[in-house]
Amino acid sequence: MIFSFDLLINAIVSGILIGAFYAAVTAGVSLSFGILDIVNIGHPAFVILGSYIAYIVNTTFGFDPIVTSIVVTPAFYLLGTIIYQIYYVSFEKRGQESLRGLAFFFGLLFITEVSLVLYFGVDYRYVQAPYIGPTWHVGSLDIPLRVLVPSVVSLLLIAALQLVLTRSFVGRAIMAVAQDQLALKLLAVDPIRIKRMAFGISIATASLAGAFLIIIQPVEPSVGREYIGRVFAICVLGGMGSVPGTLIAALLVGIVESLTSTFYGPSWAPAVSFGFLLLTLAVRPAGLLGR
Amino acid sequence: MTGLLEVDNLSKRFGGFVALEGISLSVRRGERVGLIGPNGSGKSTLVNCICGTLQNETGSVHFDGHTLNGASAHQRTRRGLARTFQLPRPFASLCLADNMRIPLLYSVATRERHSAGDIEDRCLDLLRQVGLDDKARRLPRELTQVEMRKLELARAMASEPKLLIADESMAGLTHSEIEDILTLLNRLNEQGVTIILIEHIMRAVMSFSQRLVVLVSGRKIADGEPETVVRDPEVERAYLGQ
Amino acid sequence: MRSDLFLLVCLAVGGVVFAAAMTLGNDYYFFAGYVVLQYVVLSTAWNVLGGYCGYVNFGSAAFFAVGAYATVAIHRFHPMPIPFLVAIAGIASGVVGLGMGYLTLRLRGAFFAIATLALAVVLETLTVNWDYVGGSRGAYIVRPEAIAPFGSYIRYLFLIMLLIAIGAITIARLIERSRLGLGFATIRDDELAAEASGVPTLRLKLIATTISGALMGMAGAPFPYYIGFLQPSSVFGLDYAINSIAMPLIGGTTSWVGPLLGAVLLGSLQQIATVTISSAVNLLIVGFLLVGFVIVAPNGIIGLIHKYVQHRPDILIGRRRIAADAPGPTP
Repeated sequence: MIFSFDLLINAIVSGILIGAFYAAVTAGVSLSFGILDIVNIGHPAFVILGSYIAYIVNTTFGFDPIVTSIVVTPAFYLLGTIIYQIYYVSFEKRGQESLRGLAFFFGLLFITEVSLVLYFGVDYRYVQAPYIGPTWHVGSLDIPLRVLVPSVVSLLLIAALQLVLTRSFVGRAIMAVAQDQLALKLLAVDPIRIKRMAFGISIATASLAGAFLIIIQPVEPSVGREYIGRVFAICVLGGMGSVPGTLIAALLVGIVESLTSTFYGPSWAPAVSFGFLLLTLAVRPAGLLGR
Repeated sequence: MTGLLEVDNLSKRFGGFVALEGISLSVRRGERVGLIGPNGSGKSTLVNCICGTLQNETGSVHFDGHTLNGASAHQRTRRGLARTFQLPRPFASLCLADNMRIPLLYSVATRERHSAGDIEDRCLDLLRQVGLDDKARRLPRELTQVEMRKLELARAMASEPKLLIADESMAGLTHSEIEDILTLLNRLNEQGVTIILIEHIMRAVMSFSQRLVVLVSGRKIADGEPETVVRDPEVERAYLGQ
Repeated sequence: MRSDLFLLVCLAVGGVVFAAAMTLGNDYYFFAGYVVLQYVVLSTAWNVLGGYCGYVNFGSAAFFAVGAYATVAIHRFHPMPIPFLVAIAGIASGVVGLGMGYLTLRLRGAFFAIATLALAVVLETLTVNWDYVGGSRGAYIVRPEAIAPFGSYIRYLFLIMLLIAIGAITIARLIERSRLGLGFATIRDDELAAEASGVPTLRLKLIATTISGALMGMAGAPFPYYIGFLQPSSVFGLDYAINSIAMPLIGGTTSWVGPLLGAVLLGSLQQIATVTISSAVNLLIVGFLLVGFVIVAPNGIIGLIHKYVQHRPDILIGRRRIAADAPGPTP
């Protein structure tokens, strides 16, 4: 009885830690899908790209993955703005974003994944850092630092994002762009520029999330696909574009997955989050569409 | 003797916002009713509830002796309740004739049998009535604003409705174009179609309607003779008076 | 052209293809041709839902897998001739398609696409954990060496896939020209307006998911015999997911010609490229083609042909329907 209670506590704590990390992965999607209405299903591929950049720099120069990922955010931001520009000109402007826009991002996901496979193969890659390895023991609780550190930085990222969105002019403009583009135009703000910036920020978060991912677990190119359903489930569950909502939903999914993995076996864990998604979509469609 | 359309105590809310509250409305067979109200007064929401695009929380809608509660939009259309949309929503990838064909195949053909040639003729005939027969093989995006409105009306007519709800079919049109649409609606009415006209252009509403219903903030504040209604102080204050 | 006549023409073309492959005599052509035909079925099936109704299905692999694993399960229970397996697999994946339709009935656009992606992962997880069909280890299906009167077994499989492909194309063309096809087009264009015109959109979507799913499952049914050893990763892999979307979009989605053209071109290209370069490079090319086409030629090869051949589009794709060269913004 006590044994299973320990197991339960451990599962919940590791679920919370993983959940915080999920929130970081989802943050970008909450921005693009939740606020801008751009269905970037390729987002996880950019996360994996972030993982590989952290891996290359870490193995060649021995730099810390998280620091590396922060340094390369401008590059990711730039990549994001370029992608948005293509997306805007080719799909949004023509009003074809639904079918072909989706195919576009699916294609990007695909190209990124296959390119990584071609260059690095399908072997799992991992990074080195001082906090990878040690585990804190608090009573019967085991907290591996390789999970704790990314979780804490994830929470910082989420908090920073929320601050930017609610306090800065650009952030407020981003929130406004979803509601009322005309009002923005009257303020002499170009909604397309704002959307481009928002999408840039969304991709920039993928750099950090990628570093977190490769710290938590070894990464190979197709790992990204496991995250597609997960991040969209969290985004939808969290109320489409609300940062605090995303965090809560991410923690929930993290805990449920962790419990499933502990009590039923890890091979069932992916189905849980996806099942969650199917259920959310099926049961609460009105709430989802009634934005 | 009850009317063709009986709306009884209908309410609709979106979250905390009450869009419609306790609306009751009765429309007789063959009548021409004008429905007016300021922007955001709930006119389109009422249309959406009557036509099944939205489901009302309380109250009921009876049409032609049937209760419509819970019926989906397409079932209501098949019963003879047609509508146009405020912003025309043509089927963009289908030519004009095929735009007509949809209600004929999916609505009229569920009530009576038609041969293929019959339907083809009906399509062209409907387009002829709105003066678009020479563009039968064109796509909707090649049409002008007024032609788009006419297409929208023709598609609603194609389902052979008993009641047609025209939701702001004249916004943005010129004087003579408005006359065109009014002539069309009057001709339909003479053929026995009951019509509810939702419109901002008062001149058009006044000349068309036998009866005027006024919505303000989701409530019905007046219902009666057009001349009497527009002189009603409450209506003047809420809607017309500045 | 009438549909029964069209079917006859298809069968005749199919007969010529089969006869030509027989005279070449090399079994390699049958192995390669089988894969191309399989893609013809998948891409045609995808287009019934994606092209006609405008609903993007990212889970093609899942339906294909349902077909393949139905074969494995039945084979373990009691071996049966392949045509029966195809029929049963079609029913099974049609039911899965119907189920998915019900589950996602009220979801539009992106939500539907994401849900199909989720479905694929859920089904993959179930398969990995289902020991009866081999679980993650996989299952062997022994392919008989020869079968009368075709000679080697691959020729028999090729013929079966050829017939399924002909069936799929005929069904797609039939839908296009029927009341059902017009109804599908209204769903793609504007669901609210469709309902207001009397189109039962929910029921039509269920029909589309069922037909599309069933055809994909039928394409998967002979696959275990083709590959000999079936693992979850061999069906839930990237190939099927990307190709079944890329082929119709590259060919053109408004008529049955597009998916056929896309599948034959891309499928053959990949079969040739696999011999010379690695299969990963292969998929990379498909990815780039997909992205390039959706940006530059939104209506695929068919759209390009229409642009350069200054004809009325209805000559190529049927009398009544006119393909939208570029659908306008949806309100």
